[in-house]
Amino acid sequence: MTKILAIETAGPGCSAALWVDGEVEERFELKPRGHSELILGMMQRLLAQAGLRLTQLDALGFSRGPGSFTGVRIATGVIQGAAFAAELPVVPVSTLAALAQGCCRETAARRILCALDARMGELYWGAYGLRADGLVELIGREQVAPADEVELPEGDGWHGVGSGWAAFGDALARRMGPALEATDASRLCRARDVVVLAAAGHLAGHGVSAAEALPVYLRDRVATPKR
Amino acid sequence: MRVLGIETSCDETGVAVYDHRQGLLAHTLYSQIGVHAEFGGVVPELASRDHVRKTVPLVAETLERAGLQGRDIDGVAYTAGPGLVGALLVGAAIGRSLAWGWGVPAVPVHHMEGHLLAPMLEEPRPGFPFVALLVSGGHTQLVEVQSVGRYRMLGDSLDDAAGEAFDKTAKLLGLPYPGGPELARLAEKGRPDRFRFPRPMTDRPGLDFSFSGLKTFALHTLQRELADAEIPTQEREQIKADIAYAFEQAVVETLVIKCRRALDETGSRTLVLAGGVSANRRLRERMREAIAGEAGEVFYPRPEYCTDNGAMIAFAGAQRLLGGQQEPLRFAVDPRWRLVDLPAIDRRR
Repeated sequence: MTKILAIETAGPGCSAALWVDGEVEERFELKPRGHSELILGMMQRLLAQAGLRLTQLDALGFSRGPGSFTGVRIATGVIQGAAFAAELPVVPVSTLAALAQGCCRETAARRILCALDARMGELYWGAYGLRADGLVELIGREQVAPADEVELPEGDGWHGVGSGWAAFGDALARRMGPALEATDASRLCRARDVVVLAAAGHLAGHGVSAAEALPVYLRDRVATPKR
Repeated sequence: MRVLGIETSCDETGVAVYDHRQGLLAHTLYSQIGVHAEFGGVVPELASRDHVRKTVPLVAETLERAGLQGRDIDGVAYTAGPGLVGALLVGAAIGRSLAWGWGVPAVPVHHMEGHLLAPMLEEPRPGFPFVALLVSGGHTQLVEVQSVGRYRMLGDSLDDAAGEAFDKTAKLLGLPYPGGPELARLAEKGRPDRFRFPRPMTDRPGLDFSFSGLKTFALHTLQRELADAEIPTQEREQIKADIAYAFEQAVVETLVIKCRRALDETGSRTLVLAGGVSANRRLRERMREAIAGEAGEVFYPRPEYCTDNGAMIAFAGAQRLLGGQQEPLRFAVDPRWRLVDLPAIDRRR
């Protein structure tokens, strides 16, 4: 039996999900700035409900960003601590990939354009395609850029998801033209999708140690040197 | 009880294990000075990012140095304020989650309580009650300490903290970041009677501090003395050293005057120095001269426990855990947490 616990706190939602051989249980709450109050309790209740102890898990997963810097670090810190204490491997999962995975779980979309509002006039951006095995894969690269500079994918039938489509929907739609099939700006990244990708990563041997479980911010120029 | 302590409130990652019977078992520290130097000050976002990279490796290293496994730890303490919110959150998330994973209690620690109790890591240790002078880059406070958690604020800084004034004045003198310790080094070369700076707020009753005026005084002195472009380089450097000397002397003497006053007002005979600035050599010497013997006793920790460190957090956390305090399954930080809002712990050890 493969048992994996994953969390997501990079966005306004806070969620934890437990995977046991493909069966997923999730706890979710929409409470911006309440993540640090909620997340450990969610993890604890999921384990208790399944009659499991942390050390009985095979791996931990977390939504490693991009997203709110603070939110991403909450997930990272919690998973680092739990993984170190229970000596478990960690599978970092892209927040954009999990967002795309959730879109494919609930809709017939096969090509997903994830855009999260990165503030400062920019987007966190990534294009994903649904593979035959039911998992999404990145097309091109994840990036942070203004809406008129993000790299557009080829082909059509694209579904736009994420808060970036609310903030920059018009500019993006104009650039995409008829290649854009639908948008859903309200979709949030969920732990139930993080855990699916984490499970696949774990089975493929992509686990890292607690110390190596690190965030991906995409935006790395956050200060200007003096002089 | 063996407690793992984690400190991440500003630009230093500190981790330690303290055992209430055996004392400090190991401690490690990583300073981010190199990360922030090119920015001329601490960049909060970069500080948070560095804590995320360094904390778990330091936990592993500290346990290894102590010859311990995770299962040997009975509790986890982490700094939950005051400090930089993002930096605090990293330590709190990791610390609280470690405790959950190990199945042991966790406790949030007030950074300044950590400093306040740090001299108790040393032998001989001060006994309660005592008066503590907390001097760092963020604080200049006089506190009456009756027991763990029973604190009365006697005096506070109205503007710049002493360490902040040191750093800002160092910057005026063209010293590299972080300037406080550099200024103290430069002052060693200063001539004692060249300049005399005021001792702010000592001419009136009260125990509050104000150091921002000293920085301005230093600026004006510097401008006046170096106005003549003909002054040779060597002489200019000497003038800067003289200003550093006079500045440091003014801060130190002001602190001495207020500490004596605080001991008089409280009737206490024990003074404890804590916080980064308490590592200042001149301050230690002068405080000993002025207070030890006649008026009472002066305690201060070794310099590595004056600046931010994990040992003081592990120690303060142990006191609170032994007193029965523990955090529910959540974590929270408070960047403006007030010392006087802490709950008292009745257990004395």
